[in-house]
Amino acid sequence: MSDDVRLEMRRMSRRSFVWAGIAALGAYGGVRWLASRQEDLGTPWPFRRALDANEGLAMDYFGPQRLAPTFSKSAITELRLNEIIGMEEEDYDPSQWTLTVNNVYGKDEPVQLTLEDIKKLPVTTQITEMCCIEGWSIIVEWKGVRMIDFAEKYPPAPRSGEDPPDVHKKPENLVRFVSMLTPNEGYYVGLDMASALHPQTLLCYEMNGEPLSLEHGAPLRLAIPVKYGVKNLKRIGVITYTDTKPADYWAEQGYDWYAGL
Amino acid sequence: MESNSTIGDAAMDEKVLRIEKKHPLAIRWFHWVNFPVLALMIWSGILIYWANGVYHLGPIALFPDWFYHPGYRESPPKAGLYELTGRLAEGMSWHFMLMWVFTINGLLYVLYTAISGEWRHILPTRDTLRQALHVVLHDLHIRKDAPKQGKFNSAQRLAYTGVVVMGFGSLLTGIAIYKPVQASFFTQLMGGYTVARFLHFWLMMGFVAFFLVHVAQVIRAGWNNFRSMITGCELVSEEKTV
Repeated sequence: MSDDVRLEMRRMSRRSFVWAGIAALGAYGGVRWLASRQEDLGTPWPFRRALDANEGLAMDYFGPQRLAPTFSKSAITELRLNEIIGMEEEDYDPSQWTLTVNNVYGKDEPVQLTLEDIKKLPVTTQITEMCCIEGWSIIVEWKGVRMIDFAEKYPPAPRSGEDPPDVHKKPENLVRFVSMLTPNEGYYVGLDMASALHPQTLLCYEMNGEPLSLEHGAPLRLAIPVKYGVKNLKRIGVITYTDTKPADYWAEQGYDWYAGL
Repeated sequence: MESNSTIGDAAMDEKVLRIEKKHPLAIRWFHWVNFPVLALMIWSGILIYWANGVYHLGPIALFPDWFYHPGYRESPPKAGLYELTGRLAEGMSWHFMLMWVFTINGLLYVLYTAISGEWRHILPTRDTLRQALHVVLHDLHIRKDAPKQGKFNSAQRLAYTGVVVMGFGSLLTGIAIYKPVQASFFTQLMGGYTVARFLHFWLMMGFVAFFLVHVAQVIRAGWNNFRSMITGCELVSEEKTV
């Protein structure tokens, strides 16, 4: 009697353990397969697809009415400097700086702007957190011009090419991306239009009440709290409105292109 | 573990063996899918954490340098046993892909236990805390009798429910770090970005602690118990009642 039971148990065990072995091998093979696929921008393509799928979901869910938390002055933390990629020139003179804006509606030529032109636009000050992709964060008072105010004055072309652009009421009619480069083109970020026109996205010329220092991107930098720090490009040289997904420095090294928070 | 077996006089007793169903197939799948996925989530999480590894446990840095690359030497150059530094992008790629599997598998598990009634074996009851103490006293040989138990004893009920709650905690703190603007409600609920990251880290450490105790207990409980998590069945010996 007991021997029959043991035999039956052994038979069941054998079947189950064969299945378990197949499943374990499958899992191991799956992990090996994932890690060894051809790279698409620095990461095996299944991961790039997953990141892009997450991006699609995040863009569907994105709402300009959802704001990054703002803080009081007492919450401001010490500044931190991580990278100067794209700003390596030691003798850089910010007084010679101009901003080039490509594909402005109604202009055949790139628009050239000085810092005085930017400062003529409405001023916004906000205290928000900048979250670095590495995991640390700092709270900073940013002062500058909202990108949406900038885009109202220097609007991107509409996709249809017919109606005049309306950055407030019909942002979906605009070209879909904004590209930003440092003057030497050593650092570059791509932004989706919705994030670029988020009401807390600033073209910033003061941090914590001081004009930007060289290493923090003088004379004009991006402050975009809806993105990781890597998108907060310092020393903006060129802004391009475009309908093709722009290149992005860190996305080419295997990071998420969207990098949205 | 074998709650039905009794130790008696071998000469007197005639023992009958029978096969008893213990773990439903669905639960075994949820469990064994979760194991490698959670392991990869912890591994990729450490790749991410390295980029800003700021936490301490008292005087101990979490984690010390050797943890990230044991055996590594700068001069003369010598590759370590493994390398966990400088792999942030890779860690994020894995983490943000597998988070879906971890979440869906976990939610299906909770849904299944709720619908199938398995939760009755797992959720703590009114007596669980008192009985868990009883289990400890029994294990320390202070009390002779072990408390009556069903599929799981009281300590197990607490652990298995707790680890599911921790899973939820990891999901919520994870969302809080992943989307601190679009889901800023969560982030504020968790005490802000920095606090949420801290909690997310310590929940991971909690999973590691759970894993260590769990594996030790499984080894202690023996083969029959372990086999039941693969086959679903356990051999049970019972005194013959005439």
